[in-house]
Amino acid sequence: MCLAIPAEVVAITEDRQTATVSLEGVRKDVSLALLSEVTEGDFVLVHVGYALNRISPEEARRTLALMAELEAASS
Amino acid sequence: MKYVDEFRQKDLARKLAADIRREADTGRQYNFMEFCGGHTHAIFRYGVQDLMPRNLRFVHGPGCPVCVLPIPRIDMAIELAERHGAILCTYGDLMRVPASKKNSLIKAKAAGADIRMIYSTQDALRIARENPEREVVFFAIGFETTTPPTAVAIKQAAAEGLANFSVFCNHVLTPAAIQHILQSPEVRDLGQVSIDGFLGPSHVSSIIGSEPYEFFAEEFQKPVVIAGFEPLDVMQSTLMLIRQVNEGRFEVENEYTRVVTPEGNEVAKDLMAEVFELRRAFEWRGLGDVPYSALKITDAYAQWDAEKRFVVTKSTGTDVKGCECPAILRGVKKPTDCKLFGTVCTPDNPQGSCMVSSEGSCAAYWSYGRFRIDRVKETAA
Amino acid sequence: MSKMEKRFPTRISFRRGQVDMTHGSGGRAMAQLIEELFVRHFDNDLLRQGNDQALFTPPPGRLVMSTDGHVVSPLFFPGGDIGSLSVHGTINDVAMSGARPLYLSAGFILEEGFPLADLERIVSSMAAAARAAGVPVVTGDTKVVERGKGDGVFITTTGVGVVADGLEISGTNARPGDAILVSGTIGDHGVAIMSSRENLEFETAIRSDSAALHGLVADMVAAVPEIRSLRDPTRGGLAATLNEIAHQSQVGMRLSEDDIPLRAEVDAACELLGLDPLYVANEGKLVAICPADKAGPLLAAMRANPLGREAAIIGEVVEDDMGFVTMETGFGGTRIVDWLAGEQLPRIC
Repeated sequence: MCLAIPAEVVAITEDRQTATVSLEGVRKDVSLALLSEVTEGDFVLVHVGYALNRISPEEARRTLALMAELEAASS
Repeated sequence: MKYVDEFRQKDLARKLAADIRREADTGRQYNFMEFCGGHTHAIFRYGVQDLMPRNLRFVHGPGCPVCVLPIPRIDMAIELAERHGAILCTYGDLMRVPASKKNSLIKAKAAGADIRMIYSTQDALRIARENPEREVVFFAIGFETTTPPTAVAIKQAAAEGLANFSVFCNHVLTPAAIQHILQSPEVRDLGQVSIDGFLGPSHVSSIIGSEPYEFFAEEFQKPVVIAGFEPLDVMQSTLMLIRQVNEGRFEVENEYTRVVTPEGNEVAKDLMAEVFELRRAFEWRGLGDVPYSALKITDAYAQWDAEKRFVVTKSTGTDVKGCECPAILRGVKKPTDCKLFGTVCTPDNPQGSCMVSSEGSCAAYWSYGRFRIDRVKETAA
Repeated sequence: MSKMEKRFPTRISFRRGQVDMTHGSGGRAMAQLIEELFVRHFDNDLLRQGNDQALFTPPPGRLVMSTDGHVVSPLFFPGGDIGSLSVHGTINDVAMSGARPLYLSAGFILEEGFPLADLERIVSSMAAAARAAGVPVVTGDTKVVERGKGDGVFITTTGVGVVADGLEISGTNARPGDAILVSGTIGDHGVAIMSSRENLEFETAIRSDSAALHGLVADMVAAVPEIRSLRDPTRGGLAATLNEIAHQSQVGMRLSEDDIPLRAEVDAACELLGLDPLYVANEGKLVAICPADKAGPLLAAMRANPLGREAAIIGEVVEDDMGFVTMETGFGGTRIVDWLAGEQLPRIC
């Protein structure tokens, strides 16, 4: 029950209740009822028509770096 | 960065596979339970297990809410549509799950029940608004990822005074399930299933945070690594688990830091706490009655509780004879241990939920890995 | 033409009219509908003769016949409609034997109350597709069913064609070692259809790839007459087609996920809906199997045709009495690509 997709916020309604997200040009409206703060350009996790959480670009980069880490660095 | 392809890169996969092979102690077995059905799916779809050493096994846990929904609850949902004439709104995953008497939502729909597949609880609200003279019931299932959207819908219905909308609530809780498995006889006393660590669910954790898992790590002395959804996340997390096991640590680590924080999503948690409360016990398919593992709607929102609005028969439907879903869900048996697997029970003719749900172990084995089993059978013979 | 016009006191109002039971009863109303709609749009000598059948002398060669029922919903979608689909679909089925399609027939089952404006739009689209393909609709039938007994309109098209000597193209001919090719990106049609379905509510610029492939096939068989199999991956997608052929030929197949052409936007839409592009329908693509040493020339011939610009070699046929179609994932592991079980429902999990 956890299929959630990262998508980019491209528009937010006036009342901040709904956002349009884009995934490679495919656009969908999602509810922002579960997110307190979000701005255009943010990436969010989309699940059953709701934006669940914001994705942190810094943490993403850090995770990727960790994966690519050479053995020497960890020992 | 789009956060998808970057976490599916082949070279990084190869590199992580080499790391895992190097660090896994060839003198022991590693059994890691991946709890989230999404992880089961990812492992099979990307062939992650091909990249693992022989002494590492993923044990598929009951992290698929479709799989653990007991037959009586599906029977009740069908009854709401058939006998009470309600428009039953459901997520697609539930349509083909076998209920009693070989029925299912999709068969009931074919026989004339008004059962509609929706993508979001917002769709259910819309259907209720558009059909004021009909009762509209949303069949709510899922773990903590899917629960907040139901909470939002109930609150919205209350705010709008949407009198014809109600929710049939079957939301279940992850920590309770994990605890139940760890305390089950097979694991605790019989040692039939030895679990050396857990791959924690990605999106449940994005809601509840990483804090709730501290308890298991402490109490049961098993490491937990909260793993992201993509195959590289699964591999990196597996590596982190191997390291913990090798070093004798049992901590909660978070690999999915780009989404999961210690506290999780406060807005979502507050909403859930406002609309739902714990059921004393709830039956899980395969696990029996699990205490404090499921949610019901609070009295404040009783008006939108389908179980209070309608009188529904309590069915006593049971699993098909020979179906090993209960054991498979606990990780005690593999799909290939079930006599029905591949013979009577196939994706076209599912006997149990593990075969119907796209995240179920049996469906995953069938779709993605069946040939491997046949090959192994051949070489063993 | 003017003599025939005087047979009917007033012209049919396509803008405001609806199908009613008289249009299928065999009387004047039906004759007028046939005249002012079907004959007017399909516009060819055979049809204008007004018989219940079309009489023609087949050119030399073996005859091929194929039929298809069309029940697509919605009737109109980005990149096509049930009409163009019914023309392309049957032309393609005929062409997949290596045949040159000659003629089409079209049977309509209309629901009482169906707007004539929509019917005209569909027939006009069929006529345009047939004209562009050079394959006329030479005979047909119309029936009307009561309101509630039909989904607007169902169309059945049958096509005949002729296969030149020297071609032996069949799903039973795939052999271990053969190359597997696809003519372009997969999943476009299915996603275009889904995007037009109300309850899914997502916007995309993806259009159906519905197209007549007989020109492409002609180029292909001219370049490589040794082609073993051709099939268009419609319902059930690429996965179903490959499994069918593997089953018929009693072989296995090994694919490479990275080599399968897929638009980023189709991929994204499938992610969003929880669908696997391998199982999504295509209406303007084909799968070809040929001897390994002919793969290069075949690929070149496909790419030289506008409908095969993005053609690619996606795998090879292997020895396997279990008939499994397997795929090396972009990730480096291997998975089975099985038949579709039931209907692919959008997945939430």
